[in-house]
Amino acid sequence: MRAGERAAEAGGAPAAQAGGAPGAPGGEVLVELRGLKTHFFTDEGTVRAVDGVDLEIRRGRTLCVVGESGCGKSITARSILQLVEAPGRVVDGRILLRRGGADGGPGEVVDLAGLKPGGKEIRSVRGKDIAMIFQEPMTSLSLVHTVGNQMVEAIRVHNDVGKREARERAVELLGMVNIPNPGRLVDSYPFQFSGGMRQRVMIAMALSCDPGLLIADEPTTALDVTTQAQIMELLKRLQRELGMAIMFITHDMGVVAEMADDVAIMYLGKVVEKGPVDDIFHDPKHPYTRALLESIPKIGHRRRERLRSIKGIVPDPANRPAGCVFHTRCDAFMPGRCDATVPPPVALGPDRQVRCLLYGGDGGPAPGAPDAQTAAPEPTPESSHGD
Amino acid sequence: MAKLVIRRLIYMVPTMFAISVVTFLIIQLPPGDFLSTYIAELSSRGDAVDTRLVEALRERYGLNDPIYVQYYQWISHIVLQGDFGDSFLYRRPVADLIWNRLGLTIALAVATLLVSWAIAFPIGVYSAVKQHSAGDYAFTFIGFLGLATPNFLLALIFVWISFNYFGQSVGGLFSPEFADAAWNLGKVLDLLSHVWVPVLIIGMAGTASLIRVLRANLLDELRKPYVTTARAKGLPEWRIILKYPVRMALGPFISTAGWLLPSLIGGEVLVSIVIGLDTTGPLLVEALISQDMYLAGSFILILATLTVIGTLLSDLLLAWWDPRIRYAEG
Ligand SMILES: Nc1ncnc2c1ncn2[C@@H]1O[C@H](COP(=O)(O)OP(=O)(O)OP(=O)(O)O)[C@@H](O)[C@H]1O
Ligand SMILES: [Mg+2]
Repeated sequence: MRAGERAAEAGGAPAAQAGGAPGAPGGEVLVELRGLKTHFFTDEGTVRAVDGVDLEIRRGRTLCVVGESGCGKSITARSILQLVEAPGRVVDGRILLRRGGADGGPGEVVDLAGLKPGGKEIRSVRGKDIAMIFQEPMTSLSLVHTVGNQMVEAIRVHNDVGKREARERAVELLGMVNIPNPGRLVDSYPFQFSGGMRQRVMIAMALSCDPGLLIADEPTTALDVTTQAQIMELLKRLQRELGMAIMFITHDMGVVAEMADDVAIMYLGKVVEKGPVDDIFHDPKHPYTRALLESIPKIGHRRRERLRSIKGIVPDPANRPAGCVFHTRCDAFMPGRCDATVPPPVALGPDRQVRCLLYGGDGGPAPGAPDAQTAAPEPTPESSHGD
Repeated sequence: MAKLVIRRLIYMVPTMFAISVVTFLIIQLPPGDFLSTYIAELSSRGDAVDTRLVEALRERYGLNDPIYVQYYQWISHIVLQGDFGDSFLYRRPVADLIWNRLGLTIALAVATLLVSWAIAFPIGVYSAVKQHSAGDYAFTFIGFLGLATPNFLLALIFVWISFNYFGQSVGGLFSPEFADAAWNLGKVLDLLSHVWVPVLIIGMAGTASLIRVLRANLLDELRKPYVTTARAKGLPEWRIILKYPVRMALGPFISTAGWLLPSLIGGEVLVSIVIGLDTTGPLLVEALISQDMYLAGSFILILATLTVIGTLLSDLLLAWWDPRIRYAEG
């Protein structure tokens, strides 16, 4: 399925406009990150793993977060649930979660960034409002407890049900993720399962309390291609049936095309570009996004041509370049500007944003802007966050 | 699981055979057979040597036979009749000498094991969970002291303190009035009131190393993804730690049951001599010094057997504890 079809299909999902980001189409904003900063205080210095991230996750839609290894995707995701481990800490910004609004009841907005990690409030969000699955299905489950044991536990933390009832629900959930013979396998141990089956178990467990958002941190990276496709199909089906939002982390643009409604491109702790999947694929703005897109193989044509890979390597996050963090590897590097000014977010449309001086941001439009942008690049109100 | 138990029991047979052969060779080690030693000693004291008795003993131990027949004689007496031969030092059957001491040694070993577990578990968990805290540093320091102090030295310090400051000499596992009494409730209580001293002294190094192992393992486990998964479910932190990583880190605790006995015998000998315990250690040393080989050999045989049994038990316990082992071998 091409990205465009996918986006059109998800666009038909109910889009209850109830206080999302101003003018944001395609669904109410469920979780909103504003200027999120998560830093690691190591002996060698402060690592600014997440350095001012703004994101919106909309109800019932899939946001794909893309970027090379080490750019802060996982830490962003973990920050949402306050799962960052020492010496890391959420140091600034807001993580706004809208709770309860979906059923027509009065919604409340909780700032998760202000909650104590491990405290009661954030625990009531974990698994209930926001669930998470991980890259390594092999090690993400306890191998010495049965699948049923671990699922029943997840169900009973947030629901006041007995063991029997929870177990029945666990079997039902396992059936829902296509585990064959769930009534029997509920009593087996994860080491008796294949990688794909384990990831299904993880998904079933994550869905046990009907979360509004499922964060999936590279859930298919450790799996073979066939299993990967099955898991993605499963997630899409479950999203259609249950209507949860998905934050899908990957470094594979092919997966993005398959899964995303919205895309956020991350580089060195910052979102450098974001927008609906069609716009990102057909009209990429940021040189980094272009480079990422050129690195995916295209079936059918120019088979002989070697894939372009992005030149250079990601700089050490403890030693960030001045100005635009991408300027050391950028093809459109403008000396004197890119290494001097941190590009502020520039709005290119209602839900389209890029951080690149080619589109303005340091006063005066850029002379060498590729495919002459006519949309007046003006900083959004949030630009005050940009350092 | 049943298959696992049976297989492990079968594995024990060759192990036990090897142990008995080695023990027999140890008994044979001193130059000459033990009767020549016996005769030499009798003559040195000027006693007449009763040749008929000597002949009877030669017959009894098959000393005129080839060595494998001697081995067979020796082991079949032990297995079939519980006859371990005679102690030439005490001039009594070995079997009469050892069971009491073995009982005490085993009681001491089990008590030491339980106390070590009870102390090491909470401290190890605390030190790992609160890594780099003041408490962690304090326990680490004490742990190093515990590991580095030879336990006979600790025993000496203890004897000195109790003599100097409390004016009483410690020693033995029983008060004088119970020492030779038959077993009754009073004697058991008396034993309990004395036993904690040697238990703490003997168990200290083992406890310290258990703490270190548990702490290191738990630190590893705490960083594993399954802990993050459990956190992401919304479980309270302590419940997560006790249910998942602690469970994974406890393997070495269970294994200690297996290697405890030999290390205890080693560590216990000097301590028992210092504070005068009637355990196997001092008698074993005495038997070895005076080349009382049937006595020494019997101890070695029995202790080795107990170690094999201990290892078997801890393996089975581990299999029960960890389903992966159970399924891999079952
Ligand atoms: N425990 C830690 N101590 C210090 N720095 C850390 C720690 N964990 C993460 N970081 C820093 O945070 C940065 C972002 O890490 P993160 O795991 O979010 O990357 P990612 O985008 O998920 O990469 P990947 O695709 O490899 O999963 C890393 O480059 C690293 O420097
Ligand atoms: Mg990651």
